[in-house]
Amino acid sequence: MWEAIRSNQRRSLWLIAVMGTLLVALGIVIGLTVDMVLLFNPLQAVKTGLETGHVATFQEQLWEARGSALIGAGIALLVWGLLYLSAVTSGDSILLSSARAREIRREDAPQLWNIVEEMTIAAGLGRMPRIFIIDDASLNAFAAGYDPNRAAVAVTSGLLKSLNRDELQGVLAHEIAHIRNHDVRFMTLAAIMLGTIVMLAHFLLRAMFYGGQGRRGSSRQTGGGAQILMIAVALLFAILAPLLAQVLYFATSRRREYLADASAARFTRYPEGLASALEKIQRRPGVAADTNQAVAPMFIINPLQAERSLVRLFSTHPPTAERIRILRSMSGAGFQAYEEAYRAARKSGRCIGAQTLAAESDAVTIRTASVQTAEDTPLSRGEAVERVLDHALPFVVLTCGCGTKLKLPPGWKRPTAECPRCGRQHEVPKAQTAQVLGVAAALGVATAATRAAEAATPAESPAKSAADRPARYTRRGRGWESFQCTCGHPVQLSPNFTASTIGCPKCRRRIQIIDATAEASGT
Amino acid sequence: MLITLMVVVGLVVLVLLWVVAIYNGLVRQRNEVKNAWAQIDVQLKRRHDLIPNLVETVKGYATHERGTLDAVISARAKAVNTHGVANQAVAEGELSQALGRLMMVVENYPDLKANQNFLALQEELTSTENRIGFARQFYNDSVMKYNTVIESFPQNVVAGSFGFQRAEHFELQDAAQREAPQVKFS
Ligand SMILES: [Zn+2]
Ligand SMILES: [Zn+2]
Repeated sequence: MWEAIRSNQRRSLWLIAVMGTLLVALGIVIGLTVDMVLLFNPLQAVKTGLETGHVATFQEQLWEARGSALIGAGIALLVWGLLYLSAVTSGDSILLSSARAREIRREDAPQLWNIVEEMTIAAGLGRMPRIFIIDDASLNAFAAGYDPNRAAVAVTSGLLKSLNRDELQGVLAHEIAHIRNHDVRFMTLAAIMLGTIVMLAHFLLRAMFYGGQGRRGSSRQTGGGAQILMIAVALLFAILAPLLAQVLYFATSRRREYLADASAARFTRYPEGLASALEKIQRRPGVAADTNQAVAPMFIINPLQAERSLVRLFSTHPPTAERIRILRSMSGAGFQAYEEAYRAARKSGRCIGAQTLAAESDAVTIRTASVQTAEDTPLSRGEAVERVLDHALPFVVLTCGCGTKLKLPPGWKRPTAECPRCGRQHEVPKAQTAQVLGVAAALGVATAATRAAEAATPAESPAKSAADRPARYTRRGRGWESFQCTCGHPVQLSPNFTASTIGCPKCRRRIQIIDATAEASGT
Repeated sequence: MLITLMVVVGLVVLVLLWVVAIYNGLVRQRNEVKNAWAQIDVQLKRRHDLIPNLVETVKGYATHERGTLDAVISARAKAVNTHGVANQAVAEGELSQALGRLMMVVENYPDLKANQNFLALQEELTSTENRIGFARQFYNDSVMKYNTVIESFPQNVVAGSFGFQRAEHFELQDAAQREAPQVKFS
């Protein structure tokens, strides 16, 4: 945990250093351009040239303009410093008031308050952040505040309405992770640097455009190659500097986003909460009112994403689908599990520093859901019959040497099954599974298993290809249960698995888990 | 002669400074563990305070659940009077189990589940259970870090001579809580 912040800070220092260098260089180029191109007097140059019998070279002219270069760099730093100071002193209050946020007290939203307190404890923050609600139907949340001990979190009222407790906890854990990881502080610093670079580059381009128009005629006569060279350098800088700064900034921002997700999973010990929240938010994002670029990185999902979805390089947030996929394929709740899932999903790179991974010696396990997230969709007649039948059909029970009872549902098609606890392979008695399938076929009703078997052979009906059919599995007991994904990969459910969906570890398809036992006790 | 003396004195001063630095680091980490434990303590007290209210509310509706309610009350009384990390863990684990049973029983009383007061209490209880869990997680993280430091060289020398002792992990002895709810893939 602590190491994560430290390695994060080291990386941030690099970014700040590179961006700072870029900023100073841009200031120097501006100073030189103003001196050598805009204030350049061709007549004076010719005159001194005739008097001394020597035409100044590019290097000599650069040396002449060194004072202006210093002034340029000074001005660049001054602009940045002033913007930064104003952001530090009043940044979050401007941010929060511009987003039409109102601060709440405990009795306004006790559950939200509780969740923030829980996450403050989990993150080990010294002080609970202030809580704001933004009256907006969109689904979003963000963190603000320069100092981790004087921070604030804000959620939209839409978010509060549409998320259940676990999901809300996931979102707030992500935001509090941003605070804990000093992301707010750092991203403000970097965002303002980026803003200054973009502004100065813009100024440089404009200055050259207007300045160039005024003296096009005269500069040709002097034949000053130095001026043309300077214009070329300035142009290159004006275009490349902001681009480079943006790529750097967005890459860091994305990395921090992944790290906040990983921290959220570890704080809550329940990655599914954040995953399911992201899914809901993605389905109905909506742009929160008065959002601007500078605050975008602090939102849970970039509210301005739509405009910039074309160029991934320039995105503050990683693709939401990918974030969800990583969270859902985690085998635990710790950084190790996140790193593994991250590598599996992205096939490249690493997310969490080696030190942090080494510091986390024990595996952090996933807790149970605190809310039952039963989907309220009414069952069709066929499905109802199927469910009853699924329930009535016998399991194939295998007892492993380690004492675990493997309950394989009818329709298990693999010749072997792996014990989820010790990993031993077991042969599945073929006769039993075949018999069960025969019964189902005779009754003419497809069980979840037979349907899955059908879906696995997509040649039959190309219109209903396996990919666009939501996979489903009706759970029958509360013990260990295994079933086969439509891709043929075995999926195991633990006795404590209570979420409503699970991802296939191989093909990543979402499989809806219908809990028959919960259904039975509810009605 | 003088130079040798100065070098020796300089070395001694350096070693002393080094020991002081290590000692301060250890104290800071020990305080971190203490603070983390204080946080657990606060949350456990919060749970103890919530229970009488909860029992009172449930009593009005669930008239046939005397046994379950009594079990909660006695588990609470035991937990309140227990001290020390290990003992408290056992007592609190038992209280967790009793509470879990109560919340399961409550499922059978739809009127109770519709009661606003009960719903508020339930949210408070859920949150308190979460806080205990998260505080425990944070505490155990701090303990692990602290124990690793006092056992590694050269800190162990300083820790040994100044009587820094290993901190205990806080594990609730509740089977349901300990058994990792997890999804396994084969
Ligand atoms: Zn974020
Ligand atoms: Zn699959």
